[in-house]
Amino acid sequence: MAKIPVQFRLNGSDRAAFVGPSDNLLTLLRRGLNDFGPKYGCGQGTCGTCTVLVDGDLQLSCLTLAATCEGKHVETVSGMAEGPVLHPLQQAFMDHFAAQCGFCTPGMLTAAKALLAANPNPTRAEVIDGISGNICRCTGYDAIIEAILAAARGGQAKRTY
Amino acid sequence: MLEFRKDLFAAERDDNLNIVGKGAQRQDMPGHVTGRSPFFDDHAFEGLLHLKVVRSPHHHARIRAIDTTAAERAPGVKRILRGADVPLNKNTLLSLINFGKDDEPTLAVSKVSYKGEPVVAIIAETEQQALAARALVRVDYDVLPHVFDVEEALKPGAPVVNETYPNNYFEYHDRYDHSKLRFGDVDRAFATADFIVDDRYQMSPIEHAPTETNGSIAAPEQNDRFVVHSCAQGLFFSLGTAAKILKLESNRLHFIGGTVGGGFGGKVDSLTEPLSILGAMMTGQPVRYVLDREEEMLYGSPRGAERIYIKDGILRDGRIVARRIRSYFDAGAYTRLSSYAAIKCTAHLPGPYTIPNVSADIYVAYTNRCPSTAMRGFGITAVDFALEVHMDKGAEACGMDPMEFRILNAYRDEDMKAHRRVAKNTALIECVQVVAEKAGWPLSDEARRQSSLTGGGGARALIPATPIDDNGRIGRPETRTGPATETLPAGAMRIPMTKQPIMEGSAEARPTPAAVPQYEPYRPTPASMPPAYQPMPAAPPPAMPPTAATAPPPAAAPAPAPAQPTQHGAVRFSSVFGTRRR
Repeated sequence: MAKIPVQFRLNGSDRAAFVGPSDNLLTLLRRGLNDFGPKYGCGQGTCGTCTVLVDGDLQLSCLTLAATCEGKHVETVSGMAEGPVLHPLQQAFMDHFAAQCGFCTPGMLTAAKALLAANPNPTRAEVIDGISGNICRCTGYDAIIEAILAAARGGQAKRTY
Repeated sequence: MLEFRKDLFAAERDDNLNIVGKGAQRQDMPGHVTGRSPFFDDHAFEGLLHLKVVRSPHHHARIRAIDTTAAERAPGVKRILRGADVPLNKNTLLSLINFGKDDEPTLAVSKVSYKGEPVVAIIAETEQQALAARALVRVDYDVLPHVFDVEEALKPGAPVVNETYPNNYFEYHDRYDHSKLRFGDVDRAFATADFIVDDRYQMSPIEHAPTETNGSIAAPEQNDRFVVHSCAQGLFFSLGTAAKILKLESNRLHFIGGTVGGGFGGKVDSLTEPLSILGAMMTGQPVRYVLDREEEMLYGSPRGAERIYIKDGILRDGRIVARRIRSYFDAGAYTRLSSYAAIKCTAHLPGPYTIPNVSADIYVAYTNRCPSTAMRGFGITAVDFALEVHMDKGAEACGMDPMEFRILNAYRDEDMKAHRRVAKNTALIECVQVVAEKAGWPLSDEARRQSSLTGGGGARALIPATPIDDNGRIGRPETRTGPATETLPAGAMRIPMTKQPIMEGSAEARPTPAAVPQYEPYRPTPASMPPAYQPMPAAPPPAMPPTAATAPPPAAAPAPAPAQPTQHGAVRFSSVFGTRRR
């Protein structure tokens, strides 16, 4: 099957790859470009752990065809910190113990980042709605919600979005 | 928020705590929030191959023929594995601690015993190629009758699920079809009871559904070793299992793991590691075998379903005088950890209560369902649910408040438990009191005054005379029910060596155990303290002349048996399980 060339920005860097017409973005990121931030949890868009931002929009990378990312900017959890300096959301997740096994965390952080970009001062209900596409099977939702609310209150959040 | 009650168990607690009650950052948290925590699948390998298995579409079928010729010629296919390629194609997980017989193949050869059982493994350059080739494998099945119900499976004439255990039950101590607990005489006690509460509880299998599915990547390493990135919850358990199945010295396997994307018990079975490593051995390349979500939900082993029957005999004042339990643990098609779950269940009975007469028979039954495994308190959680629902029904039967009914029957420090260990650090009474307080549930003053620290021991520490029976003894016809064959005298800690019912050897003519380690006999404190069964209702209960069934036998403390030498190490497991392999 003929491969398709695709060029896009990944966390601020230009990347290029050849993909099959049915290859999804998650496989390209993980197996093609060695970005292991987004995880495979279900492959059918129900768990949210593969969540990435494509041109700022929340996308499930397991349901996104890699070839459609031509010319776009893909952001994953791997690009959230600026060097050794954690993103305020990452710091809030640490401060509030908002991870147990850590497997849903990349998707949770990405969903939270998109939420705060659109709504810098969400209510608790809006936070719950914002992460409703992400499953935490360790059921640590409360700490995650607290962490996102704290990051929003921290005010620094606005600057980086 | 965590609350420390200084008024409870102050003498037993060290308040000079460095970590408990204080916030401490987890060392893996920076990795989690930056997406850098190394889960098993987060490793790049040049030339990574992908393994997918062909699974049985039938619950129970004989395999007549397997044709892989078309799959072998499919694009990208590097290697196809069948049962004959697995060096030791039969294993049971707990064989590493000498418990149970090898009963489960890595790849089925002659028959499949559950829907989804792996039959053939395909290794290809891409996942899509492996999946395409999987569709080309032709397996010719002869469908057999199946059985899904634990009690149906134990009936004569039921389909044989697992040829290693041809009667569809796990064999305890090589001699019994169930795990037994006997303490006192329940039949006599039931005759004295004012109320009998009898019920049946049925659980469902529960899938752990971890966000990260089961999987592993194995790759040839230098010096003829293999590196294995594994999701295993018990990394060295998985290493030992893989070494056994592959007939490798364990030092040729380099397992890396410990970062587990949710396990909850569903990642102790080594579902993928042996085949990944075998694939790497056969191809000389890195091999990745990951369950997809559908496989995880359908064929990742669940919490085993249990069917539990409980019968309680209760006096008018609320004291439970007898409890009989019969439970069936659904192992699915193979043992895995169910045999151990049933032992935990037996040891946990009759729950956190002091009941003078207890009898329990716990079966592990094989059915044509997905093999079940560990999950968060397995063996205990389901029976606790049943026991606590039953406690509510018991309280209702005798017209008592359910909280006070629990406090009345709760175990206390120094009480003798049904499995003949002395209760220590008990706290059920305090838990009920705190729960009642938080819930605004009114308790009587007398109930509020009770304490786990006092009132136990004395007569409650005595071991009653206990009728024992041969019911369920393997190889004897009609042994499912029957009268007691003998009565152990009061104070007997265990069946004396000379009366071990099966010292003549097991069904498979394995060597008999050389010695059964004995525990230090417990010497109860002299019964000078008054019996501490303090009835809870404000009104004094009707005077109850002690009978042989309701009160422990009046016999004084028995002469202590001569202390037996205690054994340590691996043999201790065989003492728990009563059997020793090879």
